[in-house]
Amino acid sequence: MRRTLGMWSLLLGAAAVLALPSASWAQLTTVDIQTRIGAESHIGNITGHAKDAALPYRRYCVGCHGPLGDGNGENAPYMQPPMYQQPRDFQLGIFKCRSTPTGTLPTDQDLFDAITRGFDRSNMPQWNTLSKQERADLVAWVKHFSPRWANEKPGTPITIPPEPEVTPERIKAGRDVFARVQCWKCHGVQGMANGPSASTLTDDLGRPIAAFNFTDGSRPKCGDTDQDIYRIFMTGLDGTPMPSFADNIKPDEAWDLVFYLRTFMAQKSREKEIAKGLGLKPVDPNAPVAQQ
Amino acid sequence: MKNRYNSAVVLSLIVLVCCAALILGQKVSAAGEGKITGTVKLDGAAPHMRGIDMSKDPYCSKAHATDPAHLETYVTGANGGLANVVLYISDWSGPAQVTTAVPVFNQKNCMYTPHVLAMDVGETFKVETSDQTAHNIHPNPNPMTGNIPWNQSQPPGAPPVEKSWKAPEFIDVKCNIHPWMHGYFAVVKGPYATTDENGSYTINNVAPGSYTVTAWQEAAGTQAQKVTVAAGASATADFTFKAK
Repeated sequence: MRRTLGMWSLLLGAAAVLALPSASWAQLTTVDIQTRIGAESHIGNITGHAKDAALPYRRYCVGCHGPLGDGNGENAPYMQPPMYQQPRDFQLGIFKCRSTPTGTLPTDQDLFDAITRGFDRSNMPQWNTLSKQERADLVAWVKHFSPRWANEKPGTPITIPPEPEVTPERIKAGRDVFARVQCWKCHGVQGMANGPSASTLTDDLGRPIAAFNFTDGSRPKCGDTDQDIYRIFMTGLDGTPMPSFADNIKPDEAWDLVFYLRTFMAQKSREKEIAKGLGLKPVDPNAPVAQQ
Repeated sequence: MKNRYNSAVVLSLIVLVCCAALILGQKVSAAGEGKITGTVKLDGAAPHMRGIDMSKDPYCSKAHATDPAHLETYVTGANGGLANVVLYISDWSGPAQVTTAVPVFNQKNCMYTPHVLAMDVGETFKVETSDQTAHNIHPNPNPMTGNIPWNQSQPPGAPPVEKSWKAPEFIDVKCNIHPWMHGYFAVVKGPYATTDENGSYTINNVAPGSYTVTAWQEAAGTQAQKVTVAAGASATADFTFKAK
């Protein structure tokens, strides 16, 4: 009797695991993926070849990203959102960190930078210990998982004007942009990721995801230079709730916003000092937009 | 010599007449196009649509202070007519639909108007906002179809977003800032129509022939019927859905 019960529960457990809905659209097979093994990448004067990346991928990446590149590697279930996002599904060809507009493919350089930089607050480390050639080969390998590169060209990178000097006026103007486009809805009025909509955010596959907290000392996932921050809100992070603001923030205003965002961050900066001197108050979400 | 001129004149006349006949012929067939009309109903009582708590955004809750918002999975009108059902010709092989008006998807009072926006493959549509609160417009198609997801901010006073889709698909649209906001882009091939609040619809510009008309409802699924459209006439196809 006991034994049959055990068997039944085992069977039921197995059925439950099998019935778990797959959190993915893609259903590509090894055969289909193999047809794109000729994929290449171009990083400066280096040409990466997917066919040369099979071994490094198996050695360094497959544990999380999976043999089919769908992000279902054997370690993936242990990454629990929203604290830790699960690996990308490379078959979909949708990437957060791009220099290109929302809805377009990233450039080879974008993917190369992501591999090199890794992602803060995630299980993806920096891979700058690999040679540039190896990283370029891995970029080509990442591309060969998705049919998108066979049908589309990467988007045109957005133009980032030269960075102006930080002034008190610019920081105040940045606060106005922050209030106007309502970044605080998710990121909170002090950048603490506690806006009214922060608790219900989900990514494109329906998994919980956290807004970026500017104040806890962590670095933005797509890089922490001023240019990186500019790029993040002007291109949006595809696959996540973070939209592109390219249609609603002018290039010059975008720099003002970058400077204002810096005032939230834990790291010391000139922007922080100026804001302290100004005695800037957080925006008031309950006031009419003009008086925030 | 003169003879030759004559024959040239005759030849060019013949060419002209042929061209005119071709052009006129096309016009004749355009005038002969028929339409498909009908009514879509929901069998039995409409399921209860849960109310929406918009308290996390005071602008939204204020907009619905006197007229509480409800989910729009099933919207029924007089005599059980079912709104927001998309009707299209699933075996359409003709040219793309020529529309005069650009389909518009509006964000108003923190809801989508219309809840379901139908459009042809490749047809340009517009996303507008009437609200004094920030939205983000975030369609989530399956990238494997060729439709690529995008995500754009729509703060108060934002300019409209103009886009189109590459492949037929019923695409989920959401706003991450207001998680109750949920609608659809129904991308189909060829002529289409959406039912009004009484469940009635008319698909215009259908060339004479036999077709399969398909009705799509976001929760109840699809139903299909064969119809034959005669030149200049109106064919009827009624549907009845059961709430799931």
